[in-house]
Order: sequence, then structure tokens, then C-alpha cells
Amino acid sequence: MAEMSSSASRWRHSPLLWPLIGLAVLVALNVVLFPSFLRVSVIDGHLYGTTIDILHQGAQGMLLALGMTLVIATGGVDLSVGSIMAVAGAVAAVLLRQPNLNLPLVLLAAIGAGLLAGLANGTLVAALGIQPIVATLILMVAGRGASQLISGGEVIIIKNASFEFLGNGFLFGLPVAPLLVMALYLVANLALRRSAAGLFIEAVGDNETAGRFAGLAAARVKGLVYVASGFCAAIAGLLATSNVRAADSYRVGENQELDAIFAVVVGGTALTGGRFLLMGAFIGALLLQTLTTTMYNVGVPPPVAPVPKALVILAVCLLQSEHARRWFKGLVSRSRP
Amino acid sequence: MDQSAPLLQLRGMGKSFPGAVALSGVDFSVRAGEIHALLGENGAGKSTLIKVLTGVYTADEGEARLAGQVIRPSSPKEAEALGISTVYQEVNLIPALSVAENIALGRQPGRFGFLNWRAIRRHAQAALARLDVRCDVDAELGSLSVALQQMVAIARALDLKAKLLVLDEPTASLDEKEVEELFTVMKRLRAEGLGIVFVTHFLDQVYAVTDRLTILRNGTLVGEYATAELPRLTLVSKMLGREVQDVSGRTTAVQPPPSGEAPVLETRGLGRRGAIQSIDLALRKGEVTGLGGLLGSGRTETARLLFGIDKPDTGEIRVKGRPVVVRSPRDAVKLGLAFSSEDRKSEGIFPNLSVRENLIFALQAKRGAGRMLKHAEQMQLCTHYIAALRIKTADTETPIKNLSGGNQQKVLLARWLATQPEVIILDEPTRGIDIGAKAEIEQLIAKLRADGLAVLLISSEIEEVVRNSTRVVVLRERRQTAELNGAEIETQRLMHAMAGTHEKPHG
Amino acid sequence: MSPTLQRQLPLLTTAAIFALLFATAGFMYTGFFSGRVLVNILGDTASLGITAVGMTLVIFSGGIDLSVGAVIGFTSIFCATMIEQHGWHPATAAGVVLGLGAGLGCVMGTLIQKFKLPPFLITLAGMFLARGSAFWISTESTGIKHPLYDRLSQFELPLGSDLGLPLTSVLLLVVLAIGYVLAHHTRFGRNLLAIGGNEQSAILMGLPVASTKIVAYTLNSIFAVMAGLVATLYTGSGNPSLGVGLELDAIAVVVIGGTLLSGGRGHMLGTLLGILVFGTIQSAMLFDGRLNSWWIRIVVALLLLVFILLQRALARGGRRR
Repeated sequence: MAEMSSSASRWRHSPLLWPLIGLAVLVALNVVLFPSFLRVSVIDGHLYGTTIDILHQGAQGMLLALGMTLVIATGGVDLSVGSIMAVAGAVAAVLLRQPNLNLPLVLLAAIGAGLLAGLANGTLVAALGIQPIVATLILMVAGRGASQLISGGEVIIIKNASFEFLGNGFLFGLPVAPLLVMALYLVANLALRRSAAGLFIEAVGDNETAGRFAGLAAARVKGLVYVASGFCAAIAGLLATSNVRAADSYRVGENQELDAIFAVVVGGTALTGGRFLLMGAFIGALLLQTLTTTMYNVGVPPPVAPVPKALVILAVCLLQSEHARRWFKGLVSRSRP
Repeated sequence: MDQSAPLLQLRGMGKSFPGAVALSGVDFSVRAGEIHALLGENGAGKSTLIKVLTGVYTADEGEARLAGQVIRPSSPKEAEALGISTVYQEVNLIPALSVAENIALGRQPGRFGFLNWRAIRRHAQAALARLDVRCDVDAELGSLSVALQQMVAIARALDLKAKLLVLDEPTASLDEKEVEELFTVMKRLRAEGLGIVFVTHFLDQVYAVTDRLTILRNGTLVGEYATAELPRLTLVSKMLGREVQDVSGRTTAVQPPPSGEAPVLETRGLGRRGAIQSIDLALRKGEVTGLGGLLGSGRTETARLLFGIDKPDTGEIRVKGRPVVVRSPRDAVKLGLAFSSEDRKSEGIFPNLSVRENLIFALQAKRGAGRMLKHAEQMQLCTHYIAALRIKTADTETPIKNLSGGNQQKVLLARWLATQPEVIILDEPTRGIDIGAKAEIEQLIAKLRADGLAVLLISSEIEEVVRNSTRVVVLRERRQTAELNGAEIETQRLMHAMAGTHEKPHG
Repeated sequence: MSPTLQRQLPLLTTAAIFALLFATAGFMYTGFFSGRVLVNILGDTASLGITAVGMTLVIFSGGIDLSVGAVIGFTSIFCATMIEQHGWHPATAAGVVLGLGAGLGCVMGTLIQKFKLPPFLITLAGMFLARGSAFWISTESTGIKHPLYDRLSQFELPLGSDLGLPLTSVLLLVVLAIGYVLAHHTRFGRNLLAIGGNEQSAILMGLPVASTKIVAYTLNSIFAVMAGLVATLYTGSGNPSLGVGLELDAIAVVVIGGTLLSGGRGHMLGTLLGILVFGTIQSAMLFDGRLNSWWIRIVVALLLLVFILLQRALARGGRRR
């Protein structure tokens, strides 16, 4: 009996609760407004439906949120992910124009570019001690420029069936992109929890000094998370490019970094770092995509969708802040007779 | 010199925080035209008293009077307006702004909201001249030496028409010449009728410049004395709570080990500017070397040099006879060292991580990310140490911040013991721990000694050092001044060494 | 190095870089070395420059504001829509939107100060709010055909020899002057620097920290609205997508101008120089025709990196103990 209540209470206090509730509310809203929301139909062995669309369109955001979670867990932030997406897409598009290059090599090159960018970020933050906002801001600006340089400033159309499979194909009836992303989440979770990497990242975010004094190579941990983020961003860039069959260096990844930060924070990882929840980031990104789709279905023009996002960010910040919680408690207790 | 009513009179001051009483029934008075020292070891309540006086905290009980009027400042600004100005150890000014600006900040002369820079400069020059201090008022404050920055802070305080000047550990970062210059300024201000509160732990300085002194211990008042009438040893014993009479004969219970073995860790001439001068240590297997000294004598600084947290300016460290450079705690751990820090909150625990994660952390960091300790191994370690150190925790997954301070300390000790070090440095291992737990830790120290570890024990409690050490190195004001071996380790001698006095021959 | 020189080193470096850039461009492109080019630089960067002035004040105090670009977009489409579709007089529209901007800045500043919320996230929310609201008003750009606008856009301050400063540039210079006076000749400005330098000390010194910070955010939003109004003058229309990414350009301008991003150190003159550097690079790109706009991005990013490293080196070298 005691065991059951302790795991039940752990659920009640789990930070995953709020984003799950938020998601449930949104889904309920959608079902009420659009009864066909949850319907999934099978055509030609492929699954179709609004929920499938959400998973498909949200795949990039979920992937960015994966890398961003690790960065935020160390107390940092990565503003350059959108630009890294653009760089990876541009590299792939340009290389695919060569007639005899095989696909794995192209993908490797694009991912390599992302890793390089991540390494640059990591070096600036960990070795040179530059603030993460500034360091990744520099990469963001430079990266955008680099991607335009690589693609020659044009939008490059891609005509490669195997490459297009990434963004448009189906595997076991489901779209490839979300499957790939979910697989990456599983692999990441395994790697982080089976090795001590997850513990080290949380330690650095929770108390970096204590980590150093306990013999941890804290600077190295701080730097490597940016490499991971660059990796995720590169793959996300490949998914995006493959999906539209073009590398658009101007538009790819626009504002994606902010959405990724949003997903991580809503998912229960504090912006100050420490304990992180990969699952939470996934749900946060899913929530965000559902919100966007809901807005669209309700008739709100997509550019207006940020308004509810703003309110959610505000709510999350207030909930996470000690000062705000105390103030609200004070208000409530004062108004009681 | 006003002998009738004191300039400042605090009566029965009390201040509590959740879970701790910081001050209780403290009286404190300062006369105009006097330099008054405020003394006490860690946790005595000095900083709380100052914060209450200067409006950072509000007292829970007691009354404060300045020049006869009851005051109750609720903010530093209010305290300043009343005439109480403070110069903090970290010189709380703005390093990026100029000297002149810092003196004038918040009250710059100007018309219609526009600043009059010439007046600001002139004003600053006049304020510094009052202290007979020369410096470029346009210079950036941060580019000046700490001593000069303090002068600027004092100039600002005076500018605010201070009647009472509080100097909080002003000499901590000054060299001897700068200390003399500060004293000259203090004496000049005293002659002008200012009351000066001088918070310090340097006893030589107390005897050099103060008229009267007040001693606090554990949040209560021990007494107020005229400096000239209080012998040094009595002062130290009052600060530490030992009566001069009743400690004779308290000697160490530890037998000195067989000598002749090479030290596991030794230092020659190890030093760092502003922290510790030239220290020679030799830590041997199966020995507990106590590092004795008052607050500020350089004990923790020594530990930090040994463990690679700070870089030494002089001297060398040898591990098992080989000279080594310890560049970081990581290097130190690889060499077989362990360090349990005195500030567990900011340097020890990962507050939101579980007891288990905190406990296995150093061992895991040593192994690296790849070779993760299996869950079963982790639980084994936890069960072993929770039992061995009697750690009270609901379970291994509780966040460590929920444990009491004493139990947190035990988890940290377990963390280091799990790495099976050859040398372990314990900095204030029993601070904030109840009597029962203290005894357990001391038993643990004995067991470590028996197991062949070399232990460096830093403690402010004389008794603890005496009870547990086979050898004691004494530090005083950042210098190594004495070494006691075997039967020499007893409370009286140690206190003398710490105070810098000579023992009177028993008659 | 003398202490005063060391203090001003970032500013002098920016000035040197601007001189270098301008000279190089002058040698590379005929006709670059002319007053007209300088005037055009001021005109093209007017909106960015006004934003940067406000951003400088916020950064002085150790904060940051990501909402300014969105506020510019909102301002422009709000004015255009109110003037063209609701018959408002431009002055009324300007007045109302200034009030809205001040309101946004005040709310953001209060949340940041009172609840100790991270400025990055709160102003991010502000950005989402402003941008979304802009698109809510209209998803397309709207031209402004009010006679007042025609008159204003033709206004030129004569500079002699057939050269004239358009109103947008005049406004930029006026705002720069106001910013300069605020930052260096009022208690408000010095308090901003003190708070950014060491907030704990500022509190202990009795400075009005809370009100100063809130006013800084409010002022910044007001400046952003002004930048939006200037943008409507410059383009003759309102566009909800205006200003996307402008906040980062503004931050870059401020940092290149020698202001420390963590706050506490900087000079408004540096922001002016930063604007000139930015504008020179932009103009040179246009002159060249060969190089394309993405080079601007890379050069700006590299400059940003150089300045950050310079700031760190100076900070470490300047401290004695």
C-alpha cells in the first residue's frame, strides 16, 4: 500500500504532469471542435490523419528540443540551431548536385558540418568562457551567412529520390521523420542513462563548482553538449530540406531555436539547469506543434500563433519562479478571512 | 571623548532564521571617538549583528539607539541616512565606474536632473583629501589596489556624514604597509570624533589600534573589554569558549605512529600571495595531521593548494617522493587525494540530485562516463556507507537538499571514502553536526588512521584537533608558526601557539 | 597603458575599425568617399540605430530585450492600418502606439524585476506577443498614403553643397543625442551602469534599483516604437514582418560599440560607431554588387567575436588582484 501511494505521489509531483495535462486539454479541445481529429485512415498501407500530421510536422522541433535539453541542462542555451539546420541543408543540397556522390557520404558531410558548428560553440563557451547566449548568437549569425555562402544565395531544388525519403517516405506505415526522431530519443536516453553522461550533465547544471571539486572535467561536459545540439540540428536540417525538396537558406530554421527552448522549458527542464527530462522535451515539442495545428484549424493565421505561445511561456516562467510562487501564496493567504 | 552616553547602544539584540538562532540577547555599545573591535569565530554572530545594525536585516528583538535616539533601519539606505556607514570586505562599490562617480553615486550634484561632472570631481577630491589619500579621481575603481578601493569606500561613507563607520574585515586583502596606512586613517577619523567598529580576526591588529573590544560566541555576548586590559591568551580562550584554567592536562589520546616512513604527500615552501606563506607539510600513512589556527590563518587556503583548486606562487608538492603539479581537482583525485570542503552548500552537494547520486559521484567521476557503476554496485555502496556513517535519510533517492546539514556532510564524506583515497583532507568535517554525529565522525577518523590513510584535519575546535591528531601544524595569520608532536599536543600549548603567546612556565 | 586609455580602449578600437572600413571601402569603390554615402548610411540604419540606443540602455543595466524587432513590426502595421483603414490622423496613431509600447515595456520590466524572471524568456514572450498581434491586425503590408507622410518624407535638413539629411536621419541623430545625455549626464544613466556593474553593491549603496530597471525596459520599448514609426516613414508603408531579426542586429551593434553584454560598462558613442560600422559594411556590399548580403552576416559575426574576446582580455588584464 505504501509503495503504491509513493509512486502515485511521485507522479503527482512529476514535472511531466503539467505538459501532459496541457497536451490532454488541447487534444480534448480539438476533439470537441473537430470530431475527426483523432481519426486515422490507412491508404496504400500508409497511415494518414491529423495526429499523424502533427507528428510529422513536429519531428524537426522534437529533434531540436533533444539537443537543446542537454544544453539547457548545463545552464546554457543554443541560439544557433536554426542556422545549423540551414548549413546542413545547404551542404546536402550542394553535394547532391554532384552526379556520383553516394547518399551516406552526403549525409555524413552535412552532419559533420553540424558537429563542427557545435564544436565551435562548445569551444567558445567552455574553453574561452564566453556566455552561451553570446557565443551561440555569433554562430547563429555566422552560420546563416555561411549557409547562404554555400548555397550561393539561391534556393537549391533537390531531385534525389533516396534523399527525399527522409522527409516524405513511410516506414511500417508511419512517416519516416517522426520514427527517426523517436528512435534518436530512445538511443539518446539509453546512452545518457546507461553511461554516466546524464549524471555528469545534471551535476554541471546543478552545481558546477561542486562538480569540479569532485574531480569532474566540468568544462569538457559543458562543451560537449553543444556538439550534441549541433548534431541534432544538422539532422533536423536534413529532414527539413528533404521534406520540401529544397534548401532555402533564408527561411529554414527561422525561429526554431526559440520554439526548441520553449519545448524544453515547458517539458519541465528548468532554464537554470540541473535535472533534465528528455521525455518532457518530446512532449513539450508535441504540445507546441499541436498548438500550432490547432490555431491553424481554428482559422488563426499561422503568423498569429505566437500569441498563445507567449502566454504559455509566461505561465511556465511564473510557475518555475520561487519569487512568483511566494507572491501568489501571499496574495491567497491575505485574501482569506 | 564622550564618556557619558555611548554613540551607539544596542541592547538585547536577537535575530533568528528558520532553524537557527543567529543572535540572542546581545548588547553592543560604541563610543564616539573610539575604535571598537568586534570579535568571534565562525558562527559567532558577527556578520548578523552588522547586518542588523546596517539595515540589511531587521532584528526580532532588542533596541538600538544612535546618539540617544531609538533607530530601526529597514534598509541600507536608511542606515546610511541615519549616519551608519559600512565598508564591506568585498568593497561593495562599482568597479567599472570611476572613483569620483563611486563616491557620488546616488547623490550626484546637478541641476534639472543633469549631472555636474566638474562638481562631482571636485567633491571626490575633497573627500579623499580628508583622508589624506591621493589618487586620480577619474581612474576606474577596479584598476586600483584593494587598499585604495577601501579608501574610496571610506571616503564615500564619510561623505554621507557618517557618525559610525563599520569596517568589515578591511585588512583581509592588504599587505603590511597598506594596513599601516589604513590605521593612520582610522586614527585620524577617531580623533575627529567618529565611532569606528572594526570587525576582524587578526589579533595583532586588534591590539595595535583598538580601544575596546566585544567578543561574541554562538550568537551570544561573551563580554566587552578594554583592549589594553585583556591579555591575549584570555582573549583567545574567551573566543573559543575555553576557560584558561580548566584545560590543563587535556592531551591527545592518539599514540604517535612508528616514525621513519616516507610521507605520502609533502610540501616545501608552498605558498600563494594573499593566502598562505611558505608552508612545509608532511602527511604520512596512518597519521592524522591537524592543521590548527584561528579563522583566517590560512588553513583552507592550504587545502585548496594541495587539491589543485588554487595555483601556488611558490614551493612544490610531492606525492610519494615525486614532485607533481596539481592543476585541478581532477589531477588531485588521480593522485589519490580527496578533499571534503568546509562549504558544503556551494562546493559540495548537488542539491537537487539524490543521496545516491551525490554519494557515488566522485568515484564515478574518477572512472569516467563510459564505465558506469551498475545500479547494484551503487546501491551496495550506499547501503554500506549509510550504515557505517549512520546517515539518516528516507531512502537513497531523496534529493540531498532535504537532509539535515549533518547528514549531508556524512554523504559527502562517504563520497570521498568511496574513492579509496590515500590522502584525505577534512576541512571542518563536524561543522553544523550534532554531538552524537560528531562522535561518529571522530570514530571514523580513527578508523581511517588505522586503515593506513594519511589524514589532514582542519578544525576550528581546539578539542577536536587535540583529540584526533598525531601531529599538529599551527598556522597564525597565514604563516606556519609551530608544530606539535605526540605528547606535546595538548590544549594549552595549542592555544598558546594559535594566539602567538608564550606559555608561562608552570610554577 | 594609462588607465584612461585602457578604459576607452574598446571605444577607440571601434572607432579605428570604422575608420579602417570606411577607408578600405573608399579605396575599393569609387565614389564611396562622399558625404552623400555617409548621409545614406545614416538613413538606411535609422531604424536599427534608434533601436540600438534603447537596447544600449537595457544592456547597461545587465538586461536584454528580444522584443524590439516585433514591436517595430507591430508599430508599422498598426499605424498603416489605423491611418488607411480607420482614417486616424498619423499623430493619433503614433500617440496610441507609443502608449502601447510603453505599456509592454513596463509590464516586461515589472515581471523581470519583481519576480526575478529571466529577461531572455520574458522579452521572448513579449516578442511572440507583439509579432502575433502584428499579424493579427493584418497579414499583408499596407502602403501609407497620408499627405503628412508625403510631406515628412520629403523633408530634408540642408547640409550645404546640395546635400540634405532626411527626417529619418535627423530623428536618429536626435535619439542618439537623447540617449547620450541620458546615459552620461543623468543619475538614471549612471544608475543603469551601476546596476549592471554589480547589482548587489548598487542595492547596498541605496540606489533605486527596481524603478531604474523598469524604466529602462519601458524606455527601450518606446524607442522601439519610435524606430517603427521611422521605418514607416522610410518605407512609406506598414508591414507586420518588419524587423524580423532586428533585435540581434541591435545587440550586435551595441556590442561592437564596446558595450559589455553582461552590463555595467559602455558608452553611447560606441553605439553610434557601431551603427556606422554596420552601415558601412552594408553600403559597401551594395556598392560592390558582386558580394552578397550574406557576407555582411559573416563579417558582423566575426566582428562580434573579436569584440567579445577583446572585452574578456581587457577585463582580465584590468583587474590587479
